[in-house]
Amino acid sequence: MLGLTLKEVSLAFREGRISPTELCRKCLNRIKKTQRLNAYIAVTEEFALKQARQSEARLLQGIPKGPLDGIPFAVKDNFCTANIRTTCASKMLKDYTPPYNATVVQKLLDQGAVLMGKTNMDEFAMGAGSTDGAFGPVRNPWSYAASYRTQAGAASDSDWVITGGSSGGSAAAVASCTSYLALGSDTGGSTRNPGALCGVVALKPTYGLVSRHGLIPLVNSMDVPGIITRSVGDAAITLGVLQGADVRDSTTVPAPSALTELPEDFDVRNICVGIPKEYHAPGLSEETLAQWSRVADLFEKAGARVEQVSLPHTQYSIVCYHVLCHAEVASNMARFDGLEYGHRSEMKSSTEVMYASTRHEGFNDVVRGRILSGNYFLLKQNYQHYFVKAQKVRRLIADDFRHVFGSGIDVLLTPTTLTDAACYHDFTQEDNRTRSAQEDVFTQPANMAGLPAVSVPTGLSQRGLPIGLQLIGPALEDKKLLCVAQWVEQSVGFPSISDCENTQESRKDPGATRREQTSAV
Amino acid sequence: MKKRCNVHYFPSAPDISVIHFSLVCVWYLSALQQLVGVVGLEIHAQISSNTKLFSGSSVQFLAPPNSLVSFFDASLPGTLPVLNKRCVEAAVMTGLALNCTINKKSVFDRKHYFYADLPAGYQITQQCRPVAVDGVLTYSFLGGRKRNQVMRKNVYIKQIQLEQDSGKSLHDDVNSQTLIDLNRAGVGLMELVMEPNMSCGEEAAAAVRELQLILQALGTCQGNMSEGQLRVDANVSVHRPGEPLGTRTEVKNINSLRYLARAIDFEIQRQTEVVQRGGAVLNETRAYDSKSGPSPSTSCRFMPEPNLPPLLVFEDEASLPAGVEAGQAVLLCTLRAGLPELPSVRRDRLVQTYGLLPEHSFTLVNEDGLMEYFEAVMKGTSRDPRKVIGWVTNELLGLLKQQDLSVSHSPVPPAALAELLELQEAGRISSSAAKQVFQEMWRSPGKAAPQIIQERDLGLVSDDADLHRICQKVVDSHPDEVRAVRSGNQKVLNKLMGLVQKETKGRADPVLVRKILQEKTS
Repeated sequence: MLGLTLKEVSLAFREGRISPTELCRKCLNRIKKTQRLNAYIAVTEEFALKQARQSEARLLQGIPKGPLDGIPFAVKDNFCTANIRTTCASKMLKDYTPPYNATVVQKLLDQGAVLMGKTNMDEFAMGAGSTDGAFGPVRNPWSYAASYRTQAGAASDSDWVITGGSSGGSAAAVASCTSYLALGSDTGGSTRNPGALCGVVALKPTYGLVSRHGLIPLVNSMDVPGIITRSVGDAAITLGVLQGADVRDSTTVPAPSALTELPEDFDVRNICVGIPKEYHAPGLSEETLAQWSRVADLFEKAGARVEQVSLPHTQYSIVCYHVLCHAEVASNMARFDGLEYGHRSEMKSSTEVMYASTRHEGFNDVVRGRILSGNYFLLKQNYQHYFVKAQKVRRLIADDFRHVFGSGIDVLLTPTTLTDAACYHDFTQEDNRTRSAQEDVFTQPANMAGLPAVSVPTGLSQRGLPIGLQLIGPALEDKKLLCVAQWVEQSVGFPSISDCENTQESRKDPGATRREQTSAV
Repeated sequence: MKKRCNVHYFPSAPDISVIHFSLVCVWYLSALQQLVGVVGLEIHAQISSNTKLFSGSSVQFLAPPNSLVSFFDASLPGTLPVLNKRCVEAAVMTGLALNCTINKKSVFDRKHYFYADLPAGYQITQQCRPVAVDGVLTYSFLGGRKRNQVMRKNVYIKQIQLEQDSGKSLHDDVNSQTLIDLNRAGVGLMELVMEPNMSCGEEAAAAVRELQLILQALGTCQGNMSEGQLRVDANVSVHRPGEPLGTRTEVKNINSLRYLARAIDFEIQRQTEVVQRGGAVLNETRAYDSKSGPSPSTSCRFMPEPNLPPLLVFEDEASLPAGVEAGQAVLLCTLRAGLPELPSVRRDRLVQTYGLLPEHSFTLVNEDGLMEYFEAVMKGTSRDPRKVIGWVTNELLGLLKQQDLSVSHSPVPPAALAELLELQEAGRISSSAAKQVFQEMWRSPGKAAPQIIQERDLGLVSDDADLHRICQKVVDSHPDEVRAVRSGNQKVLNKLMGLVQKETKGRADPVLVRKILQEKTS
């Protein structure tokens, strides 16, 4: 039951095969069982059960609110939740309880979805591993799947792999079947990257299609609430609920179409798939390259047109992304001064001293480093040289995409990440900055241009870890993008997570318990 | 530019004669070219609107601390700005009234600095492309030797930008605490930047007064300086005409027009003395009072506000792009058509309608409510407006000023004054008696003129016998004066008339008195 898609569970509710309360309890149990993943910063057990009971009452009366009624979901801990702590995985906000719900959270609650908890992440979403948060790193559920344990010969618990980030907790929650859908945020790939590494579907909608109100920002001009599910169809249903203009977010636009269900029989013969040659980047693993070629071939065999295209400014994208990201970070983080909310230092000899020590104590090195460089880029004497220049290149990158989509390409097919998930031990050999530059290389151009992109799991590596591919579409063509993604999903035969779960469940040997104990140390 | 000429010309150690010479040199140069003041103003006008610039909280003066604070105003993480259309319209109307070019597309920027009453760590403002640019404000003041000549001048408006107000910090020095009130945080401001076209405090005060009148006429700002609705910072420097501008200082925190003029003139005087002494003016902020706010302009960083799309203003409905509803858009043609009568137009109308002198129209418009008072009096009397204006600008305004009252608090309402003037027009009282009646009306609000005339017996004495008797008495008791009149000095007749008026407490009909006295002294 836990491994089903949202759509399947919704049907099971209506047919009375399971009740929302039962399902909620199952998920809560599973969260306890998978605690070592560290996917959740907070589990909202009481609130979840209360909502589940309400949902159950509606179902019994035959008046469910929609396809999400009673569906357990998880929310990255940078979306505000009324009366529920929202920490951004930072000491700065470790005791912060917002008085309001983010629009996307409110929309899901309004649909009767059941909030299971707030998920772990990199501090203030700054990272690509979910290893740099105040609540410790998130472990990839595939670290404990049979495929990895047997194929990679992983023996000890120290071999666990990272989830990617920064929405690692959300991806792990969905991949480990503790929630049917999860909200992430995507600024440079923070939803798609962990989606790919955890073998789940991860959608970054068009900028402006989904409200950012209540999302604690990283980069306002690039942040988009992301959707993580176990199937493309589920992502489409969720997007259908979340999309649309919001008076509280002036950058939102009305949805171009009501997005309910994707057609099951989408014909790819009318589709032209672009393969951007610049994405053959150094560091791309052979296995990922193989998956990329394989899916391109599948398209071709199915009658789609597959063309190599060029996005000539891609190579400059990651550098400019970092300049713009750090500049906005410096700006957005200025509000955390300990006065109105959040951590406040005990050092109070003057307002300035209090500011300085509050910010020193509250932020980790990564955040402070980005604030420092961001402020440097914004200095009057540097502004033209860095910020303005990066904005200009950003325009060129957006133009690259426009040209390609204007030339008849419907969708771009690229890898999501360079490789499968790294071991925590290996990943942390490099610093956050280097890792972010490597991990976001394929994903951040879509943020720079505001385009919709989705990562779909396509296969397992030889280590038994998921590999995902990314599809990028033109602005506001999210539906078409998802149609193509669904076709990929249907064609690749990615081993379903429930298989792994079953393997894991069936392996309920004393060893699993032992591992849990050791990991708790 | 205004280099110390003694050092410049005499680099060696000065002996007595050199010092003497250098003083002569200073005297010579300054006599040749007088240092003049250069004044530019930056004015923050609080927009008169129900809610704040980017949030739904109310705007109110003197509300309990922190009672008007939305999540956005407190900069709670995840909140976003939503632009208040009313504030945009206010800025555009102000721009139109000041002959500005309205930018059809303007953008918002973040200006960063750390200050306790700036919750987000930045202010949302319009640095790069403000909503209105390149305007001109024509203002006048009474000048000339008798200060009754209307002097007309122009000051150019560089730009009008929309921006957020900050909160207020209350420093408790005893407990070394700072208390923050965010009621004002996020209230919409129009910052008007005026070019340095003024030369003294009087001009600056007159320009601000004219602006205040325009804003009040438009209803875009209540303009009360003491409540901080209009805050003026002055940039002051001195130079010799033809030379580049001198180093400027900034005079801040001025909460009345009188202090503004005084502070500017003081600063011009101070700088003039510094320069004449051979010193250098330092670029600094000088507060008129001790509580000075932050002076962040040198250190703050800017970047575009990413959460607000460009602010678009359209000419008319026809120019709206598809998908934009007329109700949502700011339309120039609608705002232009809705502009009220501006002060300069009012003054012209007063001159034309009532035949007033320009200086009178100036006084009527510049005193809050005085024009309305005057026009109300005119509705109730047939007296010559040029006579009525004397009553309004001398008797009424004099008493108001004496007691520091506003026109709306006058104890004599316009209708009562009109009634009094009608009595005078009808010949029931003399003008001096009318003035006494007015004084009494002022002292006893609610008492009508006829009642006072009766009680105090101030009615005109036009009884022939009575007047003859009083005149005879005066003539009899002043033989010297009578002789002088008889020998041809008609001026002395006025003295006799005065004595008669004194006897009658000013109630005698002067025409009649003159006639009788002439008879008796011929």
